[in-house]
Amino acid sequence: MMHELYGFLRGPMLWVALLVFFGGSGYRVAAMWRLARKKDAVIFNYSSGYYALRSIFHWLLPFGSRNMRNHPVMTVVAFVFHICLFLVPLFLSAHIILIKESWNVSWPWLPDHAADAMTWMVVAGCGFFAARRIIQPDVRYLTSTSDYLILAAIAVPFVSGTWAFHQWPAFPAATLVHMASAEILLMIIPFTRLSHMLFFPFTRGYMGSEFGAVRKARDW
Amino acid sequence: MEHRQWDWDIGKKKIADFHQWRDLYKQVQEPVVSPDGETLAAVVEVEDMVFSVCENGKLWENTFDRIWYPRFGPNSRLAALVSTEAAWTVATADCPWEAVFDFVWDPRFSACGGHISAAAQNEGQYNAVTDGVAWNASYPSLSGLAMANDGTKTAAVVQTVPFNSGDIFQFQEGCYSAAVNGKPWEHNFLNLWELNFSPDGRSLAAEARTTLYDYTIVVDGMPWPASFESVWKPVFHPADGSVTAPVRKSGKWFLAKNGAIIWEKPFLQLWHHQYSRDGRCIAAIVAPAFGKWTVAVDSRPWSLHFSDLVTDLAISPDGNRVACVGCTDGRWAVAVDNRCWNDRFDMVWQPVFSPDSRHVAAKVEKQGRFFILVNGRPLKQTFSELWDPVFSPDSTRLMVRGIEDQNSGHYCRYVFQLSDLV
Amino acid sequence: MTKSLPTDLAVIPDKGVDGAAARLTPERVARVIQILLAEEGGARLKVYTETCVHCGLCSEACHFYLSNDKDPRFAPAAKVKQTLDPMIRKNGRVSVDFMKKACEIAFTECNLCRRCVMYCPFGIDISYLMLFVRRICHRLGMVPQYIQDTAHSHSATLNQMWVKEDEWIDTLQWQEDEARDEIPDLRIPLEKQGADVMYSVIGPEPKFRAQLIYQAAVIMHAAGVDWTMPATPGWDNSDMCMYTGDSEMMARLKKVHFETAMRLKTKRIVMGECGHAFRSVYDVGNRHLGWKMPPLPMVHAIEFYYELFRDGKLSLAKKYDVPLTLHDPCNVVRGRGLHEMARFVIHKTCTTFIEMHPNREHNYCCGAGGGVINCGPPYAKKRVEGNRVKADQLAAAKAKGARVIIAPCHNCHGGLEDIVKYYELDMEIKFLGDIIYECIEKGEVDS
Repeated sequence: MMHELYGFLRGPMLWVALLVFFGGSGYRVAAMWRLARKKDAVIFNYSSGYYALRSIFHWLLPFGSRNMRNHPVMTVVAFVFHICLFLVPLFLSAHIILIKESWNVSWPWLPDHAADAMTWMVVAGCGFFAARRIIQPDVRYLTSTSDYLILAAIAVPFVSGTWAFHQWPAFPAATLVHMASAEILLMIIPFTRLSHMLFFPFTRGYMGSEFGAVRKARDW
Repeated sequence: MEHRQWDWDIGKKKIADFHQWRDLYKQVQEPVVSPDGETLAAVVEVEDMVFSVCENGKLWENTFDRIWYPRFGPNSRLAALVSTEAAWTVATADCPWEAVFDFVWDPRFSACGGHISAAAQNEGQYNAVTDGVAWNASYPSLSGLAMANDGTKTAAVVQTVPFNSGDIFQFQEGCYSAAVNGKPWEHNFLNLWELNFSPDGRSLAAEARTTLYDYTIVVDGMPWPASFESVWKPVFHPADGSVTAPVRKSGKWFLAKNGAIIWEKPFLQLWHHQYSRDGRCIAAIVAPAFGKWTVAVDSRPWSLHFSDLVTDLAISPDGNRVACVGCTDGRWAVAVDNRCWNDRFDMVWQPVFSPDSRHVAAKVEKQGRFFILVNGRPLKQTFSELWDPVFSPDSTRLMVRGIEDQNSGHYCRYVFQLSDLV
Repeated sequence: MTKSLPTDLAVIPDKGVDGAAARLTPERVARVIQILLAEEGGARLKVYTETCVHCGLCSEACHFYLSNDKDPRFAPAAKVKQTLDPMIRKNGRVSVDFMKKACEIAFTECNLCRRCVMYCPFGIDISYLMLFVRRICHRLGMVPQYIQDTAHSHSATLNQMWVKEDEWIDTLQWQEDEARDEIPDLRIPLEKQGADVMYSVIGPEPKFRAQLIYQAAVIMHAAGVDWTMPATPGWDNSDMCMYTGDSEMMARLKKVHFETAMRLKTKRIVMGECGHAFRSVYDVGNRHLGWKMPPLPMVHAIEFYYELFRDGKLSLAKKYDVPLTLHDPCNVVRGRGLHEMARFVIHKTCTTFIEMHPNREHNYCCGAGGGVINCGPPYAKKRVEGNRVKADQLAAAKAKGARVIIAPCHNCHGGLEDIVKYYELDMEIKFLGDIIYECIEKGEVDS
């Protein structure tokens, strides 16, 4: 039974998850693009590659904006969290080995202890964000249940993944949880607030264009 | 036709030594020129705070505490707004009306120039006055004066229902109407703008807002059956009495006639439409897309377009040609029949068609110098001040009215043989 | 864990809002919201509302939030949460009381100053969303009385202050007469065709601050500028309809303004020291009409003064020697980056300049802009108390010696005057034009 489930999660379900993630992301961006063409056509007249990139650069650079400097702890946590969130799944030796087994392609991976540490940083990041949502009144006010669920959706695959890696008790089940939750996470990215990952370049780029090209001012 | 009686002999006439006026008077204001080009006039300060009008070097006998807005009527008679001891009136050719007002402004000439109307205010009450005779009725406010071509009718937007400051709900009931010769329409509206008489002066059309969100066109007090998101100025057909206006629907602009859309093609913007003289064709300034301006003739836009703006649309007398002024990246140009003349300028004035529709001329400005373009080619004279060119009724000659910019500073009137120019 | 909305929907009584509420039904509210969401809610609305991760990083950008002891309800994202979010989630099925609260939030708790845009990692434009709420309010007829009255004035007179056609001309002539007592050959040239510059102002100038027109005339005269002012409607560049959500009327006002300059064949329009009007002519009203940029160059007074000093058109009789600070107005600094030009002019004309902090794009709003001050007395206390942080900022500049605040914007003037008075700061507020007028050689300059 567990073996079948493993096979399903590693096989068809993974394909479904990847399809939903990429297809969904493509669809969301394309649909939004189409909507913008139809209803906000004006904004395309003001888009400027230079100023869009100028703005994106300042907001991808740690402490590149005034607000990041105002909140150093949040800035450090947010950057570490997001960097680890991306790097660990893509450069984990276990993942790369699986991929090599399947398709015989591979690329350099992170040392396991580093990956392990980074995993805990992601989990700690989720904890930090959750605590922030509970403790800080303005964030608490803004927070809805879905915001906690999203944090959980990120934390679960990382916790279960490291559980499986260390072969802690019941690790085979943890492996299944890891695979299932990671696939769920992939699939919900395009359709939840996690879609900020998709839309960041567009919203930031648009605002950078308006501020830079039209209003001749900085937006960071 | 009076134009025929003007002096169309080829040559240059020195009319007035305008620069000399500056030595004679403490202040010389912006000069104006009569349509026939025979007279140059300017308000001048003859003594401290005592003003008169200088016409071709000759002062009006009357002096005033203030004179402004001197304008020549179509019959080349000069009118100006004048005041003595805070009493205002209109003076034409040195002859003030007997009636005086607390304020008078916005003078209008009838098509032949025989009648002059203006808006007037006395003790906070407003009406219009024609040739010195005011409407019987007056109103707490008045705006947007309009005059019928023959000068027999004036109309304006007037406030018909009083409301207190801040009484927004009373305002939303409709407190304005249009008064024609003092008599308001039966219905009130939230707003009325751009009153426009039919060519025969029998009907009056206006843009109206009937609720905070509904706009329509009102003709003689009767709204169109349809309402729109917005409307622009209505225009009467030259002959059949129908009214067309640009209307906005679902965020796009269309041309509508008597309430029904007749240009099915939507535009991002559509305004300042005009009929040809025979009413056969309609041209309008349009934006087929955002930031893309051109002219549409009978709903078909030109392929040529300008990025900044298009303005000063002109249709030839035969209705077959259309010209406009366009601007791209701050550089102004003349466009005729979907083709842009070569040069770019700092400013361009409305193109003028010859009566036979074959020629187009326009006043342009480059680096502070003014000159005339005829069919796209510049005349060699440049001027420090220049007025619109005028074609002779037979379309063989062109009159140019300008103050020379070399040494003399004379105001001169030139008549050129068109065949020599083109 | 979902935080419910504050059960307390208490709102400040307002004749316009209450009067509209009395006539509204929930069905009509739902229908109007649905129509607007469908017809006008595009990708920006969708992305902004769906991308916000509720991180709260915008909170401290907002002077209302900071000044109200960090009350979470005043955080920019919280204003969306209390207004647009439920409307979208419930597809418009919100109560009339809900709309009253939403109206108060959108009209009086957000100055549309766009400071929070600079603090949001995604660049989510809260002011765009608040304007969307105002648009809904407008379509429901639910707009605070004072600003609605102003919008009515705009529609009836094409200016903000019910100034009649004759009153406008009369005011200009009166100011010309006054100025000629000081400078005998000065003119305010009306309706001069082909002048280089059309000078346009906002409605309150002829109504309450006619001396500003006088000063502008003196500066134009001293600099030898070829300028004119229109004697017709179209002279007013201001635009409260932009802020009430009446976009159609906003467009009408901008059309009249720009076409007046086109009729006069001026090469550009120079406008007085006003911020919101600049926003409306520079990148809002013109867009509604299809003009990508203003059809004629639109030059704010700060930039114009900067040009005059840069080009040596004005010479100084003296320098202004009272220590002063500068308030950077949102709409010309975040809206047009004129902050360095303003400093250039100040350094030219003043001896002692003291920066307030934060400054430039990061300056705090005056609390009056975005039509908030135009919502009138019912909200005045809330407005001033909602900008304590501005008072602190001014007090810090004062502690360093600043006695005068330069605010090159009308709304900022109004807002700062109220703040200076309420918090007993005892500072004087001036326009750049006041300083220039005081310091320049006013005689005729040979060009």
